Amino acid sequence: MTVHFKQDQPATDNRLDTMAQGVIGKPLPRIEGLAKVTGTAPYAAEYVCENCAEGVLVTATITRGTVVRVDIDGAMRMPGVVAVIEDDRLIARPAQGTANEAPKQQPRTVCYWGQPIALVVAETFEQARDAARRIAVEYRDDGDVAVTPAEVAAEEQEDETVREGNLDKAMADAAFAVDATYTTQGHASAAMEPHAAMAQWDGRTLTVHASLQMLNYNICELADAIGIGAENIRLISRFVGGGFGSKLGISEEVVAASLAAMQLQRPVRVVMSRQQVFQGIMRRSETTQRLRLAANSDGALTGFGHEALVSNLPGEEFAEPVLQSSHFLYPGENRELVLKLARIHRMTAGSVRAPGEAVGMPALEAAMDILAEKAGIDPVELRLRNIPDKDPERGLPFSSHKLAECLRQGAEAFGWDHGSRLARQRREGEWWIGTGMASAARVHNVAEAKARVTLKADGTAVVETDMTDIGTGTYTVVAQIVGEMLGLRPERILVDLGDTRHPRGPGSGGSWGAASIGSAVYVACMAIREKLAAQLGTDESQLRLSDGKAGDGQTLVELLDGSDIAQTGHYEPGRIKDDFAASGFGAFFAQVRVNHYTGETRVDRMLGAFGFGRVLNAKTARSQCLGGITWSIGMALTEALEFDPRDGHLVNRDLAEYHVPVHRDVPDLDVILIEERDPAASFIQAKGIGELGMCGGAASIANAIYNACGARIFDYPMTPARVLAAMPD
Amino acid sequence: MRAFDYRRAHSPEDAARLTQAPEAMLIAGGTNLLDLMKLQVETPELLADIGRIGFAEIIDTDDGGLSIGALATNTAVAIHPRVRRDYPVLARAILAGATQQLRNRATTGGNLCQRTRCFYFTDIDQPCNKREPGSGCGAIGGVNKLHAVLGASDHCIATYPGDMAVAMAALDARVIIGAADGQQRSVPVRDFHRLPGDTPWRDNVLDPGEVILAVELPAPLEGMQIYRKVRERSSYAFALVSIAAVIAVENGAITRAELAFGGLAHKPWHDPRISELLVGSAPSAELFDRAADLLLESAEGQGDNDFKIPLARRALHAVLAQVMEQAA
Repeated sequence: MTVHFKQDQPATDNRLDTMAQGVIGKPLPRIEGLAKVTGTAPYAAEYVCENCAEGVLVTATITRGTVVRVDIDGAMRMPGVVAVIEDDRLIARPAQGTANEAPKQQPRTVCYWGQPIALVVAETFEQARDAARRIAVEYRDDGDVAVTPAEVAAEEQEDETVREGNLDKAMADAAFAVDATYTTQGHASAAMEPHAAMAQWDGRTLTVHASLQMLNYNICELADAIGIGAENIRLISRFVGGGFGSKLGISEEVVAASLAAMQLQRPVRVVMSRQQVFQGIMRRSETTQRLRLAANSDGALTGFGHEALVSNLPGEEFAEPVLQSSHFLYPGENRELVLKLARIHRMTAGSVRAPGEAVGMPALEAAMDILAEKAGIDPVELRLRNIPDKDPERGLPFSSHKLAECLRQGAEAFGWDHGSRLARQRREGEWWIGTGMASAARVHNVAEAKARVTLKADGTAVVETDMTDIGTGTYTVVAQIVGEMLGLRPERILVDLGDTRHPRGPGSGGSWGAASIGSAVYVACMAIREKLAAQLGTDESQLRLSDGKAGDGQTLVELLDGSDIAQTGHYEPGRIKDDFAASGFGAFFAQVRVNHYTGETRVDRMLGAFGFGRVLNAKTARSQCLGGITWSIGMALTEALEFDPRDGHLVNRDLAEYHVPVHRDVPDLDVILIEERDPAASFIQAKGIGELGMCGGAASIANAIYNACGARIFDYPMTPARVLAAMPD
Repeated sequence: MRAFDYRRAHSPEDAARLTQAPEAMLIAGGTNLLDLMKLQVETPELLADIGRIGFAEIIDTDDGGLSIGALATNTAVAIHPRVRRDYPVLARAILAGATQQLRNRATTGGNLCQRTRCFYFTDIDQPCNKREPGSGCGAIGGVNKLHAVLGASDHCIATYPGDMAVAMAALDARVIIGAADGQQRSVPVRDFHRLPGDTPWRDNVLDPGEVILAVELPAPLEGMQIYRKVRERSSYAFALVSIAAVIAVENGAITRAELAFGGLAHKPWHDPRISELLVGSAPSAELFDRAADLLLESAEGQGDNDFKIPLARRALHAVLAQVMEQAA
């Protein structure tokens, strides 16, 4: 039976805090952790499948034009080659997150260098890879096209535009004003597991093991791409080796493997090479951002301007939502927020962890540091003076707001010195040492979700949903919610995720996974509790379940008497989404050292304090924050996609040349989880957490670089070359 | 990767014979070659595996130096007691490169032959005179922040990417090379790598059919040994600029100054004029500025790598600061 709950009101009455099991929020290790570290958790490409052929994508070596002919004769004569799949249904780009339909197909029209255009299938991977390289493709090249945003006129994204009051006048009248322009470079998700799919077709049903984040959307995208009904498709993603947005929508290997398996009547596996993942999967757009901040003599903002230029391919709706948190983080009655999109021929731009705030917040928070310096106000204090009591543009109340607590508790735990902030004051040998801080903000999302919970007659429970765990801890937090609600130890609960034969979950993305699927599981568990209470002739609110027993009396096994109770929870966020402004908040504090001679920057220590509603698992929540802070370090210091200025092809296409932080770059990190309940965020009072940890962190490092050595830098990443160029003599 | 034949060589002469054939290559640790084969940057028809021919030993030489077998791994060299005691600049340089896993596989001879990291060299869809003579240089006018500011040519602006050889150049080590007929020759590390000129496909002076047997370090040099590697990421990153230095100061004057530079050129850069300038003078900022003037006299940026020119100067000053601190 399905129980539907649409949440129109804040969930002020919540069972999770009054249950007896005491497992919710606890720092449980991941239940699938042992399988992962012992190599027994199968990822998409690792399933053993008899007679499986191997496919390798052929990619375009022009930027814009048309494939005239694919010469397959040579390849077909090579040993082991089974087929070259050329099909107008092959997709030419990955699908954007939540697209729910096929992305652009017709791969013979080339829109970016590295676009997949065909698939070579062979008996072995090595044969296919070699054959894919030997295929000669004849193109009609359209010649020079725009590959950098500066080459084209950008389109204003009018839905994003806010113009209120008179910002120019506010800037002119301000006691203190900042007008600064920042740039950020493109980023890659750089997930450890490359994109991979293995497809099997039995004449009726297509079964695809794939590495995907949102099966509920992906199944429709795949069905639309190949032209069969979603009911004839089964997608399986039990384990995903990192997604970070790059696996939100289906990408080329999923469709290619599926079409090949259907055409050849045998299983086909397609694994993208690291280079193909880099040059064919979503990039985060580079940005240029102008920040204008006007403040009165107390440092209170009277004007707020944030303009951003981002890019994407023609035909893509996604524009990196740089201004997302700028709309509500700080007040200022004179506002001007404008987002512009330039159409250029680099690969598809889409979601990379924390789309929007990941790059918007580091620019905004670096500008706030300049304002603090100009106004002579401690940077923590400046932010405390600029916390709005309601959403400054929409006028909505905040569902909850922990920025002040994060700033205060973070500053205290870090040992923030509220005294003078003069730069270049502390030197140890070759190293300038300094501190910096920044606010964190990331909009909260919550989505419709379904999950089936079955309390089995033997006193165990099974949870089934097509929700994924992309390394975030979904398996574990789902078990904790069920355990808490039904009085079961987590080891008595089987969480079965990542299979579209199960009820539709929300998918993992936009940090909404845990709050959304958790709410659906909660709804199902409440329904089961009602049934149990009815059997006991008591009220659900009086039902005390722990360690497999009801109260001090019967065991659940006795109570169930041989039958299972299965309930599907269907959670839908209703008016709470319209009636409240919801966001996670936080604060970052960093101490860095900058080498006087070489401009190298190393992070000494870093602390993040975050408030994001209920903490479902203190360990996996903390891990998400640690990962986010690590991404902040990468964004601040090293990560940048580098494109050839002539044809727009990506040059740094592997993990040796695209520099994510290594262990040595990441010092001891400190995370403070500021526990709160946000009843309007979701039914279980939890908010998103996966992305907040990187939304502003890079600015705390930028501000610390300035404090250390006096180099005010406006371009991320802050490489030795940029530090030296900006460092005073 | 293309299909290839595989043979195991049983001796250096055997290996040398096998690689006389065109399209034959030696493989030792494979940490560079296998990656390049997967990308089809290298497409040998025959791989001659020299992993079992011996030559992995590190032994004292008669003149008090050290002979490092070509197949000694980076890890074995870096942790060798005599290397640590007498040639710390070499240990530090090796440990500044790659990762522990790679160093466990990478060999001394293979590391000398490591190929450039130029983005256009490692992508066979791009022009590259080093990979495909006559196809042009994609890096000129492209993304070239890693590229050479010294000794480049119109045909190639790639850099030699390694660290180990930079330290060996400062130590004035020699490469011992064997041929199929059992003959040996020795070449200073400083002359082993070439400038690109109009034959950029030749990284070094090895001829077909020649095999590196060992690297011989001279007797230990008096003085401080310093290796500085400037990089954006603090590990697993190639040098923007690196400096290996052996510098001795007595009675306030420099008595030895052997410096070699990485990240600047198609080879570990060594300029004998720098030693001549420094020896006999008291270390000072002004003196090191003059050394930098000499070093960078002909330096030329390509756009993205312009920063390397001031960075090399500053890195030299950082070495000076270390010398002053240790001398004090």
